[in-house]
Amino acid sequence: MPALPLDEAGKYVAGAYVVFLALILVYVAIIGSKIARIGREIAELATEEDE
Amino acid sequence: MYSKGLVPLGWATAVTLTAAMALVFFYAPLDADQGFVQKIFYVHVPMAIVALGGFIAGGVFAIRHLRSGDRSWDMRSYVAIHVSIILGCGVLVTGAIWAKASWGHWWVWDEPVLVSFLVVFLLYCVYYPLRFSIEDPDRQARYSSVFAITAGAFVPLNFIAVRLAEAYTHPRVLSQTGGSLPGDMRLTFLVALAGMALLFVTLWKLELTAKHASMQLKRLRNRARVAA
Repeated sequence: MPALPLDEAGKYVAGAYVVFLALILVYVAIIGSKIARIGREIAELATEEDE
Repeated sequence: MYSKGLVPLGWATAVTLTAAMALVFFYAPLDADQGFVQKIFYVHVPMAIVALGGFIAGGVFAIRHLRSGDRSWDMRSYVAIHVSIILGCGVLVTGAIWAKASWGHWWVWDEPVLVSFLVVFLLYCVYYPLRFSIEDPDRQARYSSVFAITAGAFVPLNFIAVRLAEAYTHPRVLSQTGGSLPGDMRLTFLVALAGMALLFVTLWKLELTAKHASMQLKRLRNRARVAA
């Protein structure tokens, strides 16, 4: 198959890089929210212990 | 424990990946055959190599678990496989996009590199049902380690088999004699590979930190319950 023109090839290249970035951002967001939740629960536990 | 050095590692990853992207779009020349579409190579191939390396690392950690009996090695193995599976999803999607742009089809079944990666990916998808179908934590860790070692040994065998089958038909990107990549493309590829490897280690440490914190929280709760 001949090389695609730049305007058409650009869509595919952008698609591939967006998939990569989205994958990493979603993963980091999930793990980050998990760590934040654990932090909150630890703070709650510490407050309960103080009371 | 696992969070040590995570922030500088994260910065090193961000800087290396940004440098790799800059090299991809402003330094590496256009491929004479595929043109601009070949830029997908710099995200797809490093991601595939790092994912396969992560599967092998999972096997190595599993060996350490079985030898020492220390379950923290099983956790390292599990997280390495988990991060590799996520990168593997990216490899399959970016590979499909590249195949569509280059060959006009989203998937080509007679391309051994694609199909062999899918086989490895599906093999590791079995890891989750196996691991989470066992309730006893010690047995779960032991069985998962055996799986991780067996599957980890399959990864290089699979790779070698594909290379042997394709020795005369598939262009070599990297080989002992230097491969077929020109110098500026090779530099870009190596920086992208280093960035992807750093990303893997960062995500691995991040998830291990979350898992460790979650286990600590569970322990604290149990202690509080006993004290009450």
